[in-house]
Amino acid sequence: MLGQLEKDWIQYVSIEGQLTEAGAAIWEEMSDRDKKQFYQWMVYIRSFDRRAILLQRQGRIGTYAPLEGQEAAQVGSAYALTAQDFVFPSYREHGVALVQGMPLTQIFLYWMGRVEGCKAPTDVRVLPPAVPIATQIPHAVGAAWASKLKKEKEIAIAYFGDGATSEGDFHEACNFSGVFQVPVILFCQNNGYAISVPFSRQSASETVAEKAKAYNFPGYRVDGNDVLAVYDVTKRAIERARRGEGPTLIEAVTYRKGSHTTADDARRYRPQAEVDEWIKERDPIARYRKLLVLDGLLDEREDEDWRKECDEKIDQAIREAESLTPLPPEHVFTHLFAQLSKQEKAQQAELREER
Amino acid sequence: MSPSTMVQAIQSGLYEALAQHDEVIVLGEDVGKNGGVFRATEGLWAQFGDERVIDTPLSEAAIIGASIGMAINGLKPVAEIQFMGFIYPAMEQIVTHMARLRTRTQGAYPATVVVRVPYGGGIRAPELHCDSTESLFTHIPGIKVVTPSTPKDAKGLLLAAIRDPDPVLFLEPMQLYRSIKEEIPAGWYEIPIGEARRVCEGDDLTLISWGTMVPVTEAAAKQALQLGISCEVIDLRSLSPIDEETIIQSVKKTGRAMIIHEAPKTAGLGAEITSIINEQAFLYLEAPVKRVTGYDAPVPMYALEDTYRPHQERVLKAIQEVMSF
Repeated sequence: MLGQLEKDWIQYVSIEGQLTEAGAAIWEEMSDRDKKQFYQWMVYIRSFDRRAILLQRQGRIGTYAPLEGQEAAQVGSAYALTAQDFVFPSYREHGVALVQGMPLTQIFLYWMGRVEGCKAPTDVRVLPPAVPIATQIPHAVGAAWASKLKKEKEIAIAYFGDGATSEGDFHEACNFSGVFQVPVILFCQNNGYAISVPFSRQSASETVAEKAKAYNFPGYRVDGNDVLAVYDVTKRAIERARRGEGPTLIEAVTYRKGSHTTADDARRYRPQAEVDEWIKERDPIARYRKLLVLDGLLDEREDEDWRKECDEKIDQAIREAESLTPLPPEHVFTHLFAQLSKQEKAQQAELREER
Repeated sequence: MSPSTMVQAIQSGLYEALAQHDEVIVLGEDVGKNGGVFRATEGLWAQFGDERVIDTPLSEAAIIGASIGMAINGLKPVAEIQFMGFIYPAMEQIVTHMARLRTRTQGAYPATVVVRVPYGGGIRAPELHCDSTESLFTHIPGIKVVTPSTPKDAKGLLLAAIRDPDPVLFLEPMQLYRSIKEEIPAGWYEIPIGEARRVCEGDDLTLISWGTMVPVTEAAAKQALQLGISCEVIDLRSLSPIDEETIIQSVKKTGRAMIIHEAPKTAGLGAEITSIINEQAFLYLEAPVKRVTGYDAPVPMYALEDTYRPHQERVLKAIQEVMSF
């Protein structure tokens, strides 16, 4: 099925919430603020995700790609980035986008089928979700390459799933990264399935991380439900990239608790026992919560207040998204080119008359 | 200044762009030390170095994909795809990203990439080196498609493409790389994208073509003149957007039109131009708009390319047919 999960992986927090020796050293150096932020982001993202599914069921947003179960992989990696770094996400990385400063309203708008949701605020370098699998990976390589050529410090990170590692664009991007030694992080969230097809059918390799060997740069396999390990591995890869030492492939082993999208039914292809194990024993938030409790960093009251605050923020974002004036039909031409041709202007006028 | 071939004119354009704009990067297969398989980048690597003129691994998708990323991060990549028949691995990057990024990011990140692509037949090249699939790209909103037929236009259009704030596919007619020489202006000059060129004036029939087919069309027009038929020849230059005004103005004058392209007939650009004429000049027509094109069969290996591609006699015969309608 999912093969040997723990094979060669880096884990700092056990599923019982215990720090490993290496984990304890990292933990020691971290501020309480950062430790709490990990938790708060994960809780916020899960609340948003669950609400998004409800909104879809109510017909208020369209088909949605849920991320529950992958919060640690997303928060841990995104938390290691700076605002100047370029993020090239796939379509399940709303958590990453939020941590990088994308307003939640934009994310709702995107799933409402509104192009306004693609646009990040000017100081947020998160590209719109790439829908065709693996196609965003070469973009990250190009953006990182440009940084290197311009002798600038920002790096680029591409997010993709295990299915993407079967696509040519993944391999071609890896190859370019290795040849040109660009400051890029290739971040794979291996959640075990590409819609219904298990990883064993994507690749004869045992892990994604080992594929880096062929391109001659480091590949790390990390427990993707361990936010601390994901954060530290990503942080070190970013530091390496900034030092000019080239790309890193990171495989975060995780699991999507739900279906591929709200239009999919994962019960058709995943054994219930497997799903239960991930939900009951491997949940990223529950595990991290245990650690915070053990460390005396979780205040129940504070936690409750935070959850309320999350709900309020989500309510507010939904209100904003739902009350935003619809774009006029002719908007399809507004950003087609810097300057429209005569023909495009004529078609735009035709659409304007439809109003 | 001695006369230049088209390939020298393109090299001169790339030189100007690299010399004047630090953000311009030339990348592709064999564009560096080798100077490109057609020598369009000759000398540029020696002049500008490894970080401006970059030999890449063999991957059309990553050449275009990485170029898009470079553009997002402030560079102006001018990518070379070695032959049009090899561009298809990059099709996804061109269609799903390059053409849409400005729209998808609501103007924040236009994919300002120039893709140079040698195209068309006529040089006895091996199989699959001779495609002319421009209409696959003119069908895609969000990219501009241009092709020159003279050295002067080649440099001017290329520089316009490089300065353009949007993605441009720059098709280079391989057959014309070295067949014509003319004086070209030194330094930076631009031929505006979206403007056709009237090659010669005439009263009886408008002939519309582009790239490799322009000299064929011109030669047929000269022959027709000896038969007393006066043809106006238009070199479209910009395939997307099309200069409708020049076409319509001419057809209203001549009352007859013919489109000559080497691409297959069905759903070729000729069909689009016919529609434009029908929509805007129908009542001026004295004969149906005629197409002289390649055939709806894969571009043959070169033993059969001379009869597959429109040639002077075929164009002349079609001119006579239109005139005797």
